[in-house]
Amino acid sequence: MPVVDLAGAGTVGAVTGAVTGAAISARDAGLVACTRCTRVWPQGQARCGRCGSRLRSRDLHSMQRVWAWWAAGLLAYVPANLYPMLRTHTLFTTQENTIVGGAVELAAGGSLGVAAVILIASVAIPVGKFGAIAFLAISIHGRQRHSGHRRHRLYEMVEFVGRWSMIDVFVVAILSALVQLGSLVSIRPGPAAVTFALSVVFTMLSAQSFDSRLIFDQTGQEQDAA
Amino acid sequence: MTAIAEVPIETLIACHQCDALHRAAEPPTGGKARCRRCGTVLIAPRRGALVRVLAMAITVAVLMLGATFFPFLGITAAGVTNESSVFDAALAFSAGPMVGLSIAVAALIVFVPLLRMLLLIYVLGPLAAGRAAAPQAAWAFRTAEALRPWSMAEIFLIGVAVALVKVAGLATVVLGPAFWMFVALVIVAVLKDGYMCRWSIWQALERSAR
Ligand SMILES: [Zn+2]
Ligand SMILES: [Zn+2]
Repeated sequence: MPVVDLAGAGTVGAVTGAVTGAAISARDAGLVACTRCTRVWPQGQARCGRCGSRLRSRDLHSMQRVWAWWAAGLLAYVPANLYPMLRTHTLFTTQENTIVGGAVELAAGGSLGVAAVILIASVAIPVGKFGAIAFLAISIHGRQRHSGHRRHRLYEMVEFVGRWSMIDVFVVAILSALVQLGSLVSIRPGPAAVTFALSVVFTMLSAQSFDSRLIFDQTGQEQDAA
Repeated sequence: MTAIAEVPIETLIACHQCDALHRAAEPPTGGKARCRRCGTVLIAPRRGALVRVLAMAITVAVLMLGATFFPFLGITAAGVTNESSVFDAALAFSAGPMVGLSIAVAALIVFVPLLRMLLLIYVLGPLAAGRAAAPQAAWAFRTAEALRPWSMAEIFLIGVAVALVKVAGLATVVLGPAFWMFVALVIVAVLKDGYMCRWSIWQALERSAR
């Protein structure tokens, strides 16, 4: 069985053009790879001898965890949008703002850029993430119409972008700590801050549980990216 | 292409994203070796990276300590003033049932980033000095890597920017010394992540363990 060299590595220059076959996975070679430190071991070994991580050639149980965290995240996301994120108390009034309500108010006040940041981080990213994880989780079963590369790119985006949803929770934290001017004006966090934070954490755990190696297993015959 | 049987197992690496098997080879310093199948960067050595990453980790840790204790932001409106530290922001949820969120926020913006830096210092200190790796260094580096997505100092900073826009119409804002320390530490931390080649560190740890 052939082993390919890394793209761009020193010794490879001459080989690059010659490598025409598809890459083989560690599993096909009878090996199990450590996803933490990239070292490979004979199949059947339980722990990585270099970094100590648990070794699993493919984590099929991971899909149950993906869906469990996904559902928990969705469940937390609904109240996060219905309940207020912020409560603003002034001398005579108390105003409550949901995530979307707060963004709309910002936009009405002329801060379109900041309103866009909030809407992207708190609505577009979470909703897109629910869709993307579900799509990826379903796509590893059965025949694939979408290439492994496209789906892998999507997975990378979900992993990279997901954390940024936390912005609005931090905004609420800062405002609640800072805007405490006695009876003049004070801001307190609303219950949505908790459920929204939970939703972000759960979807991060869902994405982390996903074994991205499964994406390429069905498309193993595909030509390499280089 | 080489047949697998001819290649010693310790010179093979598998892409952590797609499991494609490669023969490990270091690219020229400053270059990047990518997975042939999915393009993930697997090896990216930099000159003097160990010492630089160590120095940056120490810098971030010191700035983080400063940023937590000095005043972060202050506002004034109609003669009333309020100051807030980074910790105050984390503790904003400490009333009632939201205590858990306070702990989580404190962890995400202060404790996890700080712990990551301390673990890195512990791992890289002996290696940079050319000595044997510290006991449990592999565990420490693995933990530091696992904590990476949960270290959210840079996201907090964007949150601060948004909050400042919201407050701007309400009161006068004063940026405290901790604010600038936090900006600096986020910049250094991002630079550090770009400098750190995980494969090189694992190799160094493995060599020193033998
Ligand atoms: Zn390992
Ligand atoms: Zn790959």
